[in-house]
Amino acid sequence: MKLVIGIVRPEKANDVLEALYRAQVRGVSMSRVQGHGGELERVETYRGTTVQMGLAEKVRFEIAVSDEFVQPTVDALCEGARTGQVGDGKIFVLPLDSAVRIRTGETDHGAVTPVDK
Amino acid sequence: MNPPTLLAAVSGIDTGDTAWMLIATALVLMMTPALGLFYAGLVRSKNTLNTFMMCVGAIAVAMVTWALVGYSLAFDGNGSLIGGLGYAGLHGVDFTPREGTTIPQLVFMAFQATFCIITVALVSGAVVERMRFGAFLVFAALWSVCVYAVLAHWAFGGGWLQANGTLDFAGGVPVEMGSGFSALAAALVVGARKDYGRQALLPHNAVYVLLGAGLLWFGWFGFNGGSGFSTGNPSVLAFTNTLLTPACTLVVWFALDLFRGRKVTAIGAATAIVVGCVAITPAGGFISPGWAMLLGALAALPSYAIIVWRTRTRVDETLDVLAAHGTAGFFGILFIGFFAQLSWNGVSDGLFYGNAAQLGDQALAALAGPTYAFLATFVLLKLIGAVTPLRASEHDEALGMDVVQHGEEAYVTGEGAILVFPEDGGTAGVPVADPG
Repeated sequence: MKLVIGIVRPEKANDVLEALYRAQVRGVSMSRVQGHGGELERVETYRGTTVQMGLAEKVRFEIAVSDEFVQPTVDALCEGARTGQVGDGKIFVLPLDSAVRIRTGETDHGAVTPVDK
Repeated sequence: MNPPTLLAAVSGIDTGDTAWMLIATALVLMMTPALGLFYAGLVRSKNTLNTFMMCVGAIAVAMVTWALVGYSLAFDGNGSLIGGLGYAGLHGVDFTPREGTTIPQLVFMAFQATFCIITVALVSGAVVERMRFGAFLVFAALWSVCVYAVLAHWAFGGGWLQANGTLDFAGGVPVEMGSGFSALAAALVVGARKDYGRQALLPHNAVYVLLGAGLLWFGWFGFNGGSGFSTGNPSVLAFTNTLLTPACTLVVWFALDLFRGRKVTAIGAATAIVVGCVAITPAGGFISPGWAMLLGALAALPSYAIIVWRTRTRVDETLDVLAAHGTAGFFGILFIGFFAQLSWNGVSDGLFYGNAAQLGDQALAALAGPTYAFLATFVLLKLIGAVTPLRASEHDEALGMDVVQHGEEAYVTGEGAILVFPEDGGTAGVPVADPG
């Protein structure tokens, strides 16, 4: 069981969701974050005040998956988020100790496996 | 012209009329920032400022072109297709009244200028979220002269439509059909946004949209109420109709929303206000309050249908200028042909009161206005596009037009922003880490 964290461009978030859906990965959280990963800084001017914007808007996906879904999830994130320009983002895969589905109390593998209706 | 003559009391001026027209001019100018707010709420947050700035840009550019040549081409002489250059650079536009009015020509010119400005701003709704700001400014300058001034001359300035007997109280031809059908052409030439039809592109702030629509309605009392150029009966009638018609459009729009989606929507209501105001624009001073209420109710139907249909096509006429302005303006122009009433307007009856010829005159305007607006805009944008790119790159479009075109964001947080002092101004764009 792994926790996959993907940090991507906000304008690619919909493409990522589409790619995850095609890879049959369900159960996703996403949040808006500010980040910096080596891209050029934008310079903005507000009535005489010029600033370098060190942080860029990013979207952070958190996806808990069973082991056989780790690679498809990572592939989908790459496919959906890549533009080829600096600033496309990063993917981190972390070990996950346990997971509980609150509604049923199922744990671990059962908790991260999608329910088939 | 020497100052003593200019400053001498001019005969034929009515102070009450002048006072009202000064206020009406200010009200109409306010409609353009109001439209900016309306449009800005309808786009995604990353394009808020760019969308608003197109309206501000219209004020800058169209006011200048209007003073230089636009006003003259629209209002100098009775040429059939286009006016003369006698008023170019505002030459001879002073405190003396224009023939047939009781206000200084300066006020008349200023009032008409605000019409040109808002019409240019309206067209921007078709191309937001992808057109380059510079290219839009060039387009705005040329369009205000080649399209708006020409249509204004036809309908208001003694051109062939007006001479023929077409009734257009406050700009159904130049403003509403002019902007609506130009918007369609602009959307076709500039092309759809890259995500159009692939992703849901949603309005980012419905409160802006409602507030913008409310301020537009407020300003529209100057727009329609001022188009009689006096405080006389036509202005009073148009003013009150501007209250009645949009209210009826709102009621019908609510019903249509309920019927289609079981819920009354806020953005639908904002759209209905605009549609109602547009419909009464050409008809304001020509139809009775009762017919104005019917006009408002009926005008909702074609605009609603076109909005539903348009979003299912590949035509990314983004903010539905054709549906709200072109269609409702077309409807209002034709409505005059049926229900104009001599006893209310002192000018002419419509078909319903025994004068079928009026409907013919109205139909002619409803054909000629849209045709010229569409074709001229299409050619104009093709020409500009041959010289400079009309749209931003896909990469810039994805990033958002605010940052790319203006170097600002609407909802900037300041987190991670580092002050750049003028003495180290040369460091702009330096990478802080090596991405390789």
